Formats: sequence, C-alpha cells, structure tokens
Amino acid sequence: MSSPVLEVRALKKYFPARRRLFGGAATWVKAVDGVDITVHAGETLGLIGESGCGKTTTSKLILLQETPTAGTISFEGRDIASLQGSDLMAYRRAVQVVFQDPFSSLSPRMRVGDIIAEPLEIHTDLARAAIDERVGTVLELVGLAPDVAPLFPHEFSGGQRQRIAIARALVTDTRLIVLDEPVSALDVSVRAQIITQLEELQRALGVSYLFIGHDLATVAHISHRIAVMYLGKIVETAASDALCARPMHPYTQALFAAALPSHPDDRTETKAITGEVPSALSLPSGCRFHPRCPSAMPVCSQIEPVLRPRDGGGEVACHLYD
Amino acid sequence: MATIPANTRLAARRTASGWLGALVKAAREAPLMAVIILGGLVLVALLADLIAPYDPTLPVKGAEMFVPPFWMEGGSVATPLGTDFQGRDILSRLIYGARVSLVVGLMGTLVAGGIGTAMGILSGYVGGWVDQIIMRVTDAWLALPAIVFAIFLAAMVGPSMWNIIVILGAVYWTRYARVIRGEVLTLRERDFVKLAEIAGASKLRVIKKHILPNVMNTATVLASLTVGVVIIAEASLSFLGVGVPPPQPAWGLMLSEARPTLMAGQWWLTVFPGACILLIVLATQLFGDWLRVRLDPQTRNL
Amino acid sequence: MARDAVLRVADLQTHFFTFGGARVVRAVDGVSFTLHAGETLGLVGESGSGKTTTCLSIVGLLPRAGRIVGGSVLFEGADLTRKSQRELRRIRGRRIAVILQDPMASLNPLFTIFRQVAEPAFFHQHLRGRSLRERVQSLLRAVRIPSPEWRMREYPHQMSGGMRQRIVGAIALAGGPRLVIADEPTTNLDVTIQAQYLDLLKDIQRETGVALIFVTHNLGIVAKMCDRVAVMYAGKLVEQAPVRELFDAPKHPYTRALLGSMPKLGSKEPLYSIRGHPPNLASLPSGCSFHPRCPDVMPRCMTEEPRDFRPGDGSVARCWLLDDVLTRS
Repeated sequence: MSSPVLEVRALKKYFPARRRLFGGAATWVKAVDGVDITVHAGETLGLIGESGCGKTTTSKLILLQETPTAGTISFEGRDIASLQGSDLMAYRRAVQVVFQDPFSSLSPRMRVGDIIAEPLEIHTDLARAAIDERVGTVLELVGLAPDVAPLFPHEFSGGQRQRIAIARALVTDTRLIVLDEPVSALDVSVRAQIITQLEELQRALGVSYLFIGHDLATVAHISHRIAVMYLGKIVETAASDALCARPMHPYTQALFAAALPSHPDDRTETKAITGEVPSALSLPSGCRFHPRCPSAMPVCSQIEPVLRPRDGGGEVACHLYD
Repeated sequence: MATIPANTRLAARRTASGWLGALVKAAREAPLMAVIILGGLVLVALLADLIAPYDPTLPVKGAEMFVPPFWMEGGSVATPLGTDFQGRDILSRLIYGARVSLVVGLMGTLVAGGIGTAMGILSGYVGGWVDQIIMRVTDAWLALPAIVFAIFLAAMVGPSMWNIIVILGAVYWTRYARVIRGEVLTLRERDFVKLAEIAGASKLRVIKKHILPNVMNTATVLASLTVGVVIIAEASLSFLGVGVPPPQPAWGLMLSEARPTLMAGQWWLTVFPGACILLIVLATQLFGDWLRVRLDPQTRNL
Repeated sequence: MARDAVLRVADLQTHFFTFGGARVVRAVDGVSFTLHAGETLGLVGESGSGKTTTCLSIVGLLPRAGRIVGGSVLFEGADLTRKSQRELRRIRGRRIAVILQDPMASLNPLFTIFRQVAEPAFFHQHLRGRSLRERVQSLLRAVRIPSPEWRMREYPHQMSGGMRQRIVGAIALAGGPRLVIADEPTTNLDVTIQAQYLDLLKDIQRETGVALIFVTHNLGIVAKMCDRVAVMYAGKLVEQAPVRELFDAPKHPYTRALLGSMPKLGSKEPLYSIRGHPPNLASLPSGCSFHPRCPDVMPRCMTEEPRDFRPGDGSVARCWLLDDVLTRS
C-alpha cells in the first residue's frame, strides 16, 4: 500500500451537554472517542455507522470545522493543528468535501462556473481566462459540458448538481475528498452514475476518498478498506473484501444481517439485532455494544475492548477474539 | 418525494381561481396602482420647481389668509387648494412637501436598512458575544417607544431634514437586524456556506459572496414595508415640532400648523396634507406587499 | 390463486390539471394490478414516477389539482373511485391504513401515545375505560413496544424515530385493516432499525393476513419483503412480475438497468449506470417514455408506445423488445 495521506490518531471530540452554573460542563457527549483511521494515497476508506455514531463529527474535525478535544490528525505527515498561514491554505486546497444534499450545497444565487471557481479565487491569483479554462476542464472530467458554466444551479437535476459539487471539489490540486453520503439523496438510477464517476475519477487522478455512508452495499462497493464505527469508536477495520467475506465484530455482523438482500433468494430468517443505539450521554460501561450484543459475556460490561489485529488483515475490538 | 411539493403547488394554483382568485387578482393589480401613485409623487417631487405655482415658503402676493379651495365660495383658481394661515399656497406647499416625505422616507429607510442589515449579518454570522451584544441592544431599542426615542434624539441634535433621516435610521434599524439575523442563522447552516468555509474563504468573503446576496430579497421587501413607517414618523416628528423646521414645507408640519384652525372650519389646511400622507403610505405598503409575493421563492414560480 | 382479491386496480388514470386545465400532467397512466390477502406488492419507481400518486388515488387523498379520469379501484368488490369522501373516510383508517415516510408528520405532538392509538378503537369500536386501555396495550405489544403500559403515557417527541414509526404502525393496525399501504416507511431509519421494522411488518402480515403495498425506490427492500413487484416509470407500469422472475429475468430494459445499478454486497463488479435522468412528466418523450435512456432502443420505440406483453411466466412488460421475442419464438 502506498504512503498514508491522512492519519487520524486517538481523535476525541467531546461536546458539553449540560453546563454547571459556574465553570465547566457537568456531562459530556463523547461524539468521537479515540478514533484511529488511515487513508492511503489513491485509496477509498469507507466509514460506516448509524446516525449518532460520530462519523459526521469525525469528518468535521478533518475539515477543520471543529477543533478536537484530544488526538491528532496528520495530512501528508504534518499535524494539521499546527498548520498556519500558507501551510493552512495549502491544506484547505488539498482537502475538499462533497455533501449529501446537492440542493443545499450550491448557492442558488451563483452561476455554476463561479461556484466551481470559488476555491481557485480564494487560493490563486489566476487570471479570469485561466480560471474559466480550469473550470471547463473539471466540468468535462465529471461528464458535463463546459458551456453549462454560465447557468444557475436550479436548471440542473439532483445528479447533475452532485456532479457540479464534485467538479468544485476537484478544481484545486485536491488529494483527499471527504464524501459525506454523496449518493443518499439521489434517485436510484442516478446513484450508480455518480459512484461509477467517482471510481473513474480516482483511477484517473489518484485522489483519495473518505467515503462516509450508512448503506453497507454502497460503501463496500466503492471502498478499498472499511472502518465500522459505533458510538464514537471504531469497532472494526478491514479490507472491503475481507470484511464482506468475514465480518468479525458482532456489530458488523449485525449490520450485515440488517443489510437488504440483492435477490429474493438471499432473504435471511435471522432476526435483526434488538434495541436501539443508546444515547451518547450515558454510554454503557465496558464495551459500548454489549447491551445489544447477542454474544455478550460478563467481561464485556466491565472492560472496554481495544483494537487488535484480526484474521485476514485489519483490526477488531471485541473480547470474543482476545 | 419530489412530486408532493409540486402537487401542493399545483393545488395552490387551483384554489387561486376560486374565491381566493379575486384577492390574488387584486394583489396582482395593486402594483399598478401603487406604481402610478409613487411614480406620480416622485415626478412631482423632482419637478417641484417647475410645476409649483408659488414659492412655498412665502405668502402669495395679493392673496388673503385662509382662502378656501377654488370650488368653494370665496375660492380662487389662482390658489386652487386654498391658502394657509400665512396666505401661502397649499398646493405649492404640498408639492414641495412631497420632496421632504420621499427624501426622508427613502433615505431614512436606507440608513435603517444599512445599519440593520450590517448588524443582522454580523450578529448572525459572527455569533458569540458580538451576537449577544447586538441582540441585547436591539432588545433595549425595541423596549423604547420609537417616537419618544426619536423626539429625544431630535431634541438633542436639533431639527433639520438630514438629522431626521439619521435619527429615523437609528430608531428603525432594529427590525432589520432581527429579521436578517434569523435569515443568516439558517443560511449559515446551508452546505454552500460550509463549503466556502472549508475551502478557506475568509469571513468577509463568505459574507460578501454567500450571505449578502441571499438576504437581499428579505432586505428589499423589508425596506419597501419600512418606507411608509418612516414617512409617518417624519410627519409625526414634524407635527410635534421636532422635525423639519418651518418654514420648510413638510406634510406633517402643515398638519401641525393647521391644528389651531381645525375646529374653525378651515378643513383644507389639514385634509390635503393628511390625504397625501395616507396616499403615499398606502402606495408603499401595496408595493411592498407585491414585492414580498414576487420575491418569495415559494410563490415566485406560480 | 383461488383467494379473493383484496384490491383490483384496473387501468387507473390520474391526471393533474394546471393552469385552469390548460396543462394536463398524466401522473398515473393506465396502471393495473391485483393484490390478494396476505400478499405484498412492491411498487417501485424513482421520484416522479407516479408511485405515490397511485397510492393517493387508491385511498382518495389526491391533492386538489389531481383527478382520477379513468379506470377503477375495486376494494373488497366496491369501486372506491365512485365513493364519496365521506364513505372513503370510513374506509380509510379502518379497512385501508396508510403509513407514511415521516412518522412525525402522522403523529400529533400534543397528544400522548395512548390518545392517538386509542382514537380508532374509541370512535369505531366504541371501547371505553379498561377495555380501551387493554386494546391499546395489545396494539403496542403487537408492534413490539417494550413496556407499553408506561410508554403509552409518553409523547411522540420522547421516542426515537424507529419507535415512532412503530406507533404509526399500531395506529394503522387499530382498525383491523385488510390493506396497508406503506409509502417508504423506513427511509429515515437507520439500517438496523429498518431491518427490525421490516421484520415486524412481515410478522404482523403473517399474523393478520393483511395485504401490503410497499412503495419504495429500494430494490433491496423489494427483494426482502415482496411477493410481486410493479415497476413504474413516468406514470406507467413498465413491468410487473412475481419477485423471483423479476430478479432472475427482468423483461424491461429499465428494470434491468435498475437491477444493474444496485450495488451488491461483497461484489466489486462495476455498476451499470443508466444515462440521463428521469423525465419531466409535463413533457414526456414520444413513443416509449424510456427510449431516450434505453440501451436497447429501436426505431419504433421513438414513435410507437409499446403495449403490454405477457411472456408467459406471470410477468407483464411494456416493451417492444418482447414483441420481437414473442413473434420469433
């Protein structure tokens, strides 16, 4: 595997939930609680989990939308917390994001060309002609005609808007794109277009993706490796094939059991796991998954398992494999 | 599903042809009336020097005081709407008064809108203690009765048209600040604003490129609805003697000066300026209402 | 099948009239299907395909601009298109129940769970006091709400999304319906909660023999839940088949494309992308509405609208390709 682009180590983000009258917070929501992930050059890391698991907070931390409570995020070997001035701008140029809702991510009052050109205007002093040329190039990259630049976003369908958002993310010398559920809001027949387009762009440009999603089949399809997140922690990481072949953590297994079949013959009679994700305000002791875990043992409610190497590569945090 | 909003929109369109139809139709034709009134007044104000028969500040030579309008007994075509207690021509004073009302109305709104929009954006986008301070100030502002506050300020700085404009701007900016702040708070959470921040855009750039263009609609509608309020405030201040100083012709001042004769049967001294105020405020409100419907993205596509 | 049909929709046509009737949008154009007791029909399509309008037409909840202009909806033998709103109201909530995507929109935030679940039993079955409480508890138990005697005193905002959707399910079951129409009920739920909810619906169907129409764009849900599938595109039913036939041998190119564009767990095969995007119903392409996106388009597709073909395995598809296939064999 090539060199790591993004390395997240022991990342924590706590939000104050209730404040005392004086002084600090009385309780904390541990949205992200010791997360380690690595994204290599030209690779897609899938980050999967249910709502409230901390995957969106993780992406906000990487995008400098929030500051971590503890832990480090390094990009190409440098801690991004220490970046200042032109180094910081270089990071902002190298890391871009595509959000879920293409109707919210394009300003209704700006022309498509200006939307895509914005990062260039912020970071470079290119002449108008050079900017227009670059905009035309990325529009072609994402499968749109360069002459759509003067149009407004409302003239495009959801899938086309998402292409515009991707074009914008590519307009600078981007090395990492955070894809935050980029196809969840699209029509089914359009989803495959966007996924395929993203895969092609990665092959052509060598850009890395952090693909955040909740749909196992989609995440597994586009990702090289997958990290499964539950209540602020990574419970299992593995190569996509290895994880699909043998999910080891009971939560990963539950996700697979809950995944929808791709053929009526694949219907399983195994029941989905019971219960719901507990509130991040009052985390269970020991392993966070133990109240819902079908194979919970006494030790699970006392000692929190740590990530250990698992069979077939990757890591798993579960007492079953101690 | 996307069909649902489309359907409800279609449904709304259908009801418009029913009992609501008359109302909707009236609202559509309202701007025409409003535009005619406002356009007429602007024209009159601009061409006041040409069309006013007399100097509004001096008595008409040879005319008496309290000459009634021409159609009444004792009236004269030379002073078609009569003369006031100094023998000045009412029509000429009304024509020049339109200038004062429009200038104060528009400029006052501009000042209020400028301060209010800036404060609203600052408060909503920067947030934190800036937001706290601005919002507490607007709270305090709103707690004071606007007119009393304006009188107080006018008494401090002395009466003049330009002072009135600044004072009214300073009194009425708070409503802008509140509405714009609310708008900015929702805009700030939109993905395109986040994308600009993630791309490294400075706060100033985000405000200029993303926030301001998206609050301009609201600000425009608010402005069109504020003009009337400012005009009434100006008239009230002038009426109370802390507005435009005599002998300048302002509608509010004319009302004030005519007050002692109100009971004496010289109705033309009060009715004409009163009608002018009513007309201009009505016209701006109608126009503002029409603008609000036009600029509302929910109804624009109908 | 010897069982009686619960619902028989024949050549249903629903149009939207806009600009005072100057523009007609054919939201549903000639939809026919039959549903038996205990059976689940998956109504599949993208946004704007007319699947939701079809359901609204069945229960008579169309928006003002929409009108059923043709066809019939036979429910337990009676044509619902000829019923008055008053009669339909009596049928809805009792004989036909509807579950929508957003449970919060179906629940009144001001009333307790008890009051909302009790309403149908109170008004239709005239239950009072203890028997009413017991009925509500048994309904909540039926949708697997833990400790219903406590939960029923709570308000909707105190519950999670999955729990709320179960409450909506309990209200739907309260009248003892023969038909439940579920319009994307799990779209807002997490995967594990979605799986729980789908399992629950299946269990309830097994226990009560209710017929189910499942409106969805997700073929995975269809594979898990449905017996028959009807695929809609631009207001028309382009293919209808038993679920296995549909997945094994899809007849219509649109169905094939949908299946090909669905990522399969553990497979890295490139996805099939359908070019273009769904058409605007107000300006449909000539001939077959799918022809501009169709990979197998033929000259006649651009001018002639295909009719229904029945290849004999229980499926029905509207595509000229089948005409050639049928005549050749």
